[in-house]
Amino acid sequence: MNVKHQSWIPGNFKSVPDTGRTAQHDVVQHGWTPITTTTSVLGVVFESGVALAADTLTSYGSMACFQNNPRILTVNQNIIVAAAGEYSDYQFIRDVVEDKVRTEKSLNDGISMKPKALHTWLSRVLYNRRTKMKPLWSTFLVAGVQNDVPFLGEVDKLGTAFVDEQIASGYGAYLALPLMRKAIDEKREKLNSKLTKDEAIDLLKKCMEVLYYRDARSHDKYQIGIVTKDSVEIQNLTLKPRWEVAKLVQGYE
Amino acid sequence: MSSIGTGYDLSASQFSPDGRVFQVEYAFKAVENSGTAIALRGSDGVVFAVEKLVTSKLHEDCTGKRLFSVENHIGMAVGGLTADASAILDVAREEARSYRQNYSMPISLKYLNERISMYIHAHTLYSAIRPFGCAVIIGSYDPKDGPQMYMIDPAGVSFGYFGCAIGKAKQTAKTEIEKLNLKTMTCKELIKEAAKIIYMVHDELKDKQFELELSWVGSHTNGKHEEVPKDVFDDALKYAKASLDDDSGSDGE
Repeated sequence: MNVKHQSWIPGNFKSVPDTGRTAQHDVVQHGWTPITTTTSVLGVVFESGVALAADTLTSYGSMACFQNNPRILTVNQNIIVAAAGEYSDYQFIRDVVEDKVRTEKSLNDGISMKPKALHTWLSRVLYNRRTKMKPLWSTFLVAGVQNDVPFLGEVDKLGTAFVDEQIASGYGAYLALPLMRKAIDEKREKLNSKLTKDEAIDLLKKCMEVLYYRDARSHDKYQIGIVTKDSVEIQNLTLKPRWEVAKLVQGYE
Repeated sequence: MSSIGTGYDLSASQFSPDGRVFQVEYAFKAVENSGTAIALRGSDGVVFAVEKLVTSKLHEDCTGKRLFSVENHIGMAVGGLTADASAILDVAREEARSYRQNYSMPISLKYLNERISMYIHAHTLYSAIRPFGCAVIIGSYDPKDGPQMYMIDPAGVSFGYFGCAIGKAKQTAKTEIEKLNLKTMTCKELIKEAAKIIYMVHDELKDKQFELELSWVGSHTNGKHEEVPKDVFDDALKYAKASLDDDSGSDGE
């Protein structure tokens, strides 16, 4: 494996992590497909911070293969990151990010990474990789608080990066995002305010439940990560599904 | 000096007829010119103290530090040419980083010591390169192996120590260290003694200004190498200055 790391030579371009997967000239590679995958991640901004949710299942095709793979990462006291997609690509990025944080810490200058910086860095890495035709098959949500303002951003495997108040990837974009937007809009219209922390957490729980009913790659065990100005917390949760709702679904008989 | 003019002191790859390698001995001299650095290994951790000589009033405070973190759990004190030392620090950090990448666990001090020692030693074998003009002390703590400490000299020779000193006043410092009952003392006690020794061995006539640097790694810091907190630093400084006053008083009697 040819893993390049940022050199310490001032003035040089910093090299971007490279797992060394190559599209060889003599082999036609029709895209690269993920093997061990995870499903949706959700993120929502509330008045004093950001909450992320992701289940702990890693699938191998349609097999529920690994049921205890957490994918919300505490980067530092200011940032959490959640990932969806190829689990090994998440692990790779996690190792590089943890290394960055350690390096930063050993410099001992009291400066730590900010969420916007990590979001931009991730967008450069993923964009660079897709340009090489060997994308990291992942969607990352970066959450944190910067200058007292909550920050939530997404980067996907194409390097597309954006910032929003509510983000959901994969199936969540179809099923959870409308619920999240509705809750946020209602709060804004009625009370002209943002969600509270508890409302945000309840919203994510509701969304995870809906996803569990309709997304066959989802799981009942999940995590919620919460980052505020002065705290980072990751909760381990288990859904209590009510399958009696199944008989209310009509039109698919 | 007996070496001068004989021609045997020009290369690190040639012995003198009486079996010495003068280039390496000169490297030792470079270390002996530097401010003193000591490290003490107690029952629950390792403490570092450095007499950082301030060569110009125009320097900013806290520049030219000589206490570093190699990794979360490893501290390093250096003496000699600081540019050489920071080159070694970089190598040590890279060594620790690659160990963690390959084995998903922090590098052991024993192994890191071996790697740095061999790296330094390799620079004493060839005519094309010069030996490192610095000595380093590395220390760490983990719950299983307890506190550990090694000192590596410019020849690449290293030993494990309970207490060690490098730089100008290493002899006096060693005499003072030997008076302590290191094995039974805790970091909180040792940090004061370390500060005291640095103040004691400082030669006011030759070097006017200096800054004290203190750091530690132990069970009380959760195995992390850290600069000592401000209150501990102030206490240690007070203790050092007070015992110095006592000593000068008794000398006068």
